[in-house]
Amino acid sequence: MELVLSLGIGALVGSGVWLLLRPRTYQVIVGLSLIGYGVNLFIFSMGRLRVNAAPVLPEGGIPDPAAFADPVPQALVLTAIVIGFATTALFLVVLLASRGLTGSDHVDGREP
Amino acid sequence: MNLWHHLVIAPILLPLVTGALLLLFDERRHTLKSTLSIGSSFILIAISIALVRLADGGAETVYLLGNWEAPYGIVLVLDRLSALMILLTAALATAALVFAQARWHKAGPHFHSLFQFLLMGLNGAFLTGDLFNLFVFFEVVLSASYGLLLHGSGPQRVRAGLHYIAINLAASFLFLIGVSMIYGVTGTLNMADLVVRIAAVPPEDRFLLETGASILGVAFLVKAGMWPLCFWLPGAYSVAVAPVAAIFAVLSKMGIYVLLRLSPLLFGETAGSSAGFDDKWLFAGGVVTLAFGAIGVLASQAMVRLAAFSVLVSSGTLLVAVAMSDDRSTAAALYYMINSTLTIGALFLLIELLDRAQDPAAAVLSVTMEAYGDADEDEPEEEVGVTIPATLAILGVSFGICGILVSGLPPLSGFIGKFALLAAAVDVGNKITAAYWVFFAMLILSGLFAMIAMVRAGIRIFWAPVEIIVPRVRVIEFAPIAALLAACIWMTADAGPAMRYLDDTASSLHDPTGYVRAVLSHTPVAAPQGGTQ
Repeated sequence: MELVLSLGIGALVGSGVWLLLRPRTYQVIVGLSLIGYGVNLFIFSMGRLRVNAAPVLPEGGIPDPAAFADPVPQALVLTAIVIGFATTALFLVVLLASRGLTGSDHVDGREP
Repeated sequence: MNLWHHLVIAPILLPLVTGALLLLFDERRHTLKSTLSIGSSFILIAISIALVRLADGGAETVYLLGNWEAPYGIVLVLDRLSALMILLTAALATAALVFAQARWHKAGPHFHSLFQFLLMGLNGAFLTGDLFNLFVFFEVVLSASYGLLLHGSGPQRVRAGLHYIAINLAASFLFLIGVSMIYGVTGTLNMADLVVRIAAVPPEDRFLLETGASILGVAFLVKAGMWPLCFWLPGAYSVAVAPVAAIFAVLSKMGIYVLLRLSPLLFGETAGSSAGFDDKWLFAGGVVTLAFGAIGVLASQAMVRLAAFSVLVSSGTLLVAVAMSDDRSTAAALYYMINSTLTIGALFLLIELLDRAQDPAAAVLSVTMEAYGDADEDEPEEEVGVTIPATLAILGVSFGICGILVSGLPPLSGFIGKFALLAAAVDVGNKITAAYWVFFAMLILSGLFAMIAMVRAGIRIFWAPVEIIVPRVRVIEFAPIAALLAACIWMTADAGPAMRYLDDTASSLHDPTGYVRAVLSHTPVAAPQGGTQ
């Protein structure tokens, strides 16, 4: 599982960085989204990978903390997803404004 | 727990409530909106003065959000440094808001709301005692700053905004990676708890911890504008409208603040073998940034780019001071930071007024000179006695004061800041190495370069034109500039008490035991009697 997850994160972030360095605004925004997914998975993995372990404790005491997954990274991922979604939407608006004002989808607003 | 204690969260709540309230009014009710917004920022100044007094009592004030104990819940911590930063932000923000009344607040929708949300994010970032919460407040600041940078619209702003947003989104991902790596190694995000946990990190995990901290640091260095992460900064700051550029001067200090906070806290003497691992990187980065900024200042033809490069000069100086990491240099750095933030804020506002004194052809000329070098303008002109009108005289005096402050000449506070920094660097004892000499040289050279650039700009604006266009300047535009410069002059005159406060700030920063004890030993409020629980 560790190998699959690391390959997944690597592929997402790698393609994201490549797209981020491309000259078209659409490629940049897709690249940023891909990096975002990779980073979210990375945060998730920092709580250690567990299978079949609940992140929520049952009511009435803690039986054995080792049997549960770490809930903090999951909460962090949730926040990161929401913030990432909002900023991507905002970036999309600026991207469209740039396209409308300059008539080009190049990141510098003009063809080189 | 009394009502007074809740004052700690007021700098976050007040702008939030004001900003949200302003959304409810129609965009055309300018007077109402500006009255509320400016009123709120004046209250913020009053609150922050109260907080500075509270913090100066010595003890850190801890505020448990949600009433959970420290390592588990999120805390706000008020100490001298955060109180100082809030006061600085509030002062600059009020000046910028008053200035914006003249015209800029009408240039686009929701200026005041965005501005208030920016203040909320800044204050939150200064107060929080939790790394992930810091990320959230960073995002609040950034989202608001995206909107403010685009304020006024136009192709140039949209293009600079596009770059600014892309850079900052990428930096936010680095922030997240860094935070989660630190969590993965230590299992906590509370800053005070981290101090305890980092001391106990086993040697085989140290590398991972330092990698995480470095990645986290890169996110702050992008904000602070360390070379080579600073190429976005002059472009973005120079296209922003004047009041926004002024408040952006404090935005880059947010990155410096976090470094000042985290470097001694997490990697101070308690950190074992990781102690001070960041220092040599920050030192080298700071010196290079200083050099880059100084050359940029000298190369700038347009005034606004000169001011933007001054931000980099100030960032570079501060990064070196963070790297020196001892009490005296930190105190000097704080003094320098307050002074340079106020000065650069005032300069951005002043440039807007000075640009009106230049005819449009001169503006085109300065752009051409930017591209092709100085145009040949040595045509012998017949000298006519130009009587400088009062407006220009006032602007000229302000410009002169700005120049003295930016280049750090005596007798004003820019000189005191640089002198204190040099004195602290000389006093570190026997470890004055070649690197320090390079820093001394760069600091003095950057002052010289700033002076040359300012004098050149001054001659071009005030002396060179034969027919001076007297700019229309309203009192409401000039008053904030005068207030900011007066604050700098007051810091010169009252440098003793200010340095006393900053010395205390620096010594408590470098001795985190008080901070850690205050946060970790703070007990939640008991549940009210007679409730269900």
